[in-house]
Amino acid sequence: MSTQKIISRNTSSDDLASDYKWGFTIDIEEDAAPKGLNEDIVRLISAKKEEPEWLLEWRLKAFRHWMRQNFEEPSWAHLSHPVIDFQDIHYYAAPKTKEDGPKSLDEVDPELIEAFNKLGIPLDEQKKMTGVAVDAVLDSVSVATTYQDMLEKSGIIFCSMSEAVKNHPELVRKYLGSVVPYTDNFYASLNSAVFSDGSFAYIPKGVRCPIELMTYFRINAEESGQFERTLIVAEEASYVSYLEGCTAPMRKSTQLHAAVVELIALDDAEIKYSTLQNWFPGDKEGVGGVYNFVTKRGKAAGRNSKISWTQVETGSAITWKYPSVVLQGDNSVGEFYSVALVNNYQQADTGTKMIHIGKNTKSTIVAKGISAGKAENTYRGLVKINASANGAKNFTQCDSLLIGDQCGAHTVPYIEVKNPTAQMEHEATTSKVSDDQLFYCQQRGIGVEDAHYMIINGFCRGIFQELPFEFAMEASQLLKVSLEGTVG
Amino acid sequence: MVNQAISPLLQIVDLCVSVEDQQILKGVNLTVNAGEVHAIMGPNGSGKSTLANSLAGRPEYSVVSGEVLYRGEDLLALEPEDRARRGLFLAFQYPMELPGVRAWQFLKAAVDAKRQHNGEEEMSAREFDQFLKDKVSQVDIDPELSRRNVNEGFSGGEKKRNEILQMAMLEPDLALLDETDSGLDIDALRIVSEGVNKLRNPSNAVVLVTHYQRILNYITPDFVHVLVDGRIVRSGGADLAHELEEKGYDWIREMVS
Ligand SMILES: Nc1ncnc2c1ncn2[C@@H]1O[C@H](COP(=O)(O)OP(=O)(O)OP(=O)(O)O)[C@@H](O)[C@H]1O
Ligand SMILES: [Mg+2]
Repeated sequence: MSTQKIISRNTSSDDLASDYKWGFTIDIEEDAAPKGLNEDIVRLISAKKEEPEWLLEWRLKAFRHWMRQNFEEPSWAHLSHPVIDFQDIHYYAAPKTKEDGPKSLDEVDPELIEAFNKLGIPLDEQKKMTGVAVDAVLDSVSVATTYQDMLEKSGIIFCSMSEAVKNHPELVRKYLGSVVPYTDNFYASLNSAVFSDGSFAYIPKGVRCPIELMTYFRINAEESGQFERTLIVAEEASYVSYLEGCTAPMRKSTQLHAAVVELIALDDAEIKYSTLQNWFPGDKEGVGGVYNFVTKRGKAAGRNSKISWTQVETGSAITWKYPSVVLQGDNSVGEFYSVALVNNYQQADTGTKMIHIGKNTKSTIVAKGISAGKAENTYRGLVKINASANGAKNFTQCDSLLIGDQCGAHTVPYIEVKNPTAQMEHEATTSKVSDDQLFYCQQRGIGVEDAHYMIINGFCRGIFQELPFEFAMEASQLLKVSLEGTVG
Repeated sequence: MVNQAISPLLQIVDLCVSVEDQQILKGVNLTVNAGEVHAIMGPNGSGKSTLANSLAGRPEYSVVSGEVLYRGEDLLALEPEDRARRGLFLAFQYPMELPGVRAWQFLKAAVDAKRQHNGEEEMSAREFDQFLKDKVSQVDIDPELSRRNVNEGFSGGEKKRNEILQMAMLEPDLALLDETDSGLDIDALRIVSEGVNKLRNPSNAVVLVTHYQRILNYITPDFVHVLVDGRIVRSGGADLAHELEEKGYDWIREMVS
């Protein structure tokens, strides 16, 4: 273990004015940084990962930018939560296993395997047959990536972000922050300063990735924040389907999760990004749970490129997430398919942004919100047609399903059209699981609870269809688990 | 202990039912034995659907008094799904649409629920496929319908045919058909009736609610009952239906008032 020395002290904005660099003088034995955030912590993270100077500089710029925002998180979302004490969080925690680093799946934490199995994604042989390469990120450190050999043969790079920084610095340097700059928003700045790991994928020109790439995230340590950074680059005429799964064990205290995902698709390239988010939502009284503040954005940079986001969000106490597409290339396509389910005291403010810049660009948004218990669900979406985007088209459909009468569903669509040739279509519905529908199922012998799941699954059909088959099965399982005890 | 073998399949005693505090059924008595077909006729709003739906346990229909025995067992104490699993089937006058729910999945869940109740294993997907195929051809329904979402966008007649498909798959002991003949074209009426006839056997029974004699040309009833203002005011054989078709309901109304 390389031992870094660090002076632990709090940083004030005044300090930022000077360019003073602190030395490292305190031993860090454990693989967790002390609580709180200052430049030393940023340096520690960077040092632990043996990062090049340019990356440290980038982190520090991000940190300084973040500090200038004075802990003022964005407040426009339809969310309410206690003020987050950003100095009461660990910004780095590596799992104990890191030193001996698992060389193969056999060495991966059995608990992780167990979690996989519970979710129905076995990390073992079965996976080989179904063709999924898995990169598991446990407490911010990437612990296992399968199928390296197979991928390498076709020139695909799929590894943890740390490895990418070491082995492919030119790619990381070129693209990191090119879609989500560190100045983008409060959480993106924070992430840029302290991101500890994440996944990196690079698909070379003309290559169709033969298997699904998957990253599995899990927050383990108590009072730790998790800040992954994911970067996917699809070169000309390449294709990749990427899956992201998330869970966190139950904790009494809330946990902060602020990830950034950047996608870049060049000419004729396609990226399909699917997420199943099942972070701990807090208990029935709303205690604990993950605060999930995520910035996901894709740049459909090339002609005829396509970026498609599909998400099934059932977890987290708070979800703040707007996977977006910048449609820069002519004829590029952006898609957003979403199911957001909230129960008990969960709150979700989620949606998308489709920014049309290129000619004949096309975007599709289908967002399904399910609210139960005392939960609040907001769809917030922006469709922006720039003056340059001749012939742009958007279709938006937002459907809300309410279960019980104490929950809420809100739809906040923003539309900015600066080109008169744009074609916009918008549909929105709000419905309830009707007693008549339930009775119809019951009359056929189907119990009330199963009838609910069946109807709710039907409501989500259009979205689940967008998911790879196995993920779709799992998604419907997640809905069931999330609603247990609420219906019937 | 009631001996199920000799007790009637269905015994309704003095059943009173109200909907939204308004009494609709005012003492219905009816006994249905295995192997029989009963037709229930009567003017609009007289309570025919109310009767069928209360037997199936629809929540908004509250039983005020009376008793219903199904194979000697207290039917009213059972949840709707338990009534269904025990072989009671209602073909709805207005079948519901289940958006996004595949008919295949819905039917399999229904069939499995019943099998589970009977202590049998769930059907394998392959077994079920074959079973569905057989039934689809038995009731002569467009196979495409079973690949779509339950009743979503179905025409009125298609919905009715779909009810008969479900009935064929669930092989009920007591089938309540609420105006299954309304809205069917002439060919469909024949097909549906034949479907019902194929399902008839000595151990099951059919209660069909209808306004028209024509379905009774295909499915010959053993008894015809006339429901007026929440009571069965007259019962007879198949002839009674012809008489009603000729004379309407006024003469019966006059007789009972
Ligand atoms: N859910 C309900 N809410 C309010 N009133 C109802 C409801 N269901 C039935 N009713 C009323 O109860 C009465 C009987 O209705 P029902 O549907 O049983 O008649 P019906 O004999 O089946 O008539 P039709 O021949 O027109 O189908 C009607 O006056 C109807 O308006
Ligand atoms: Mg009726």
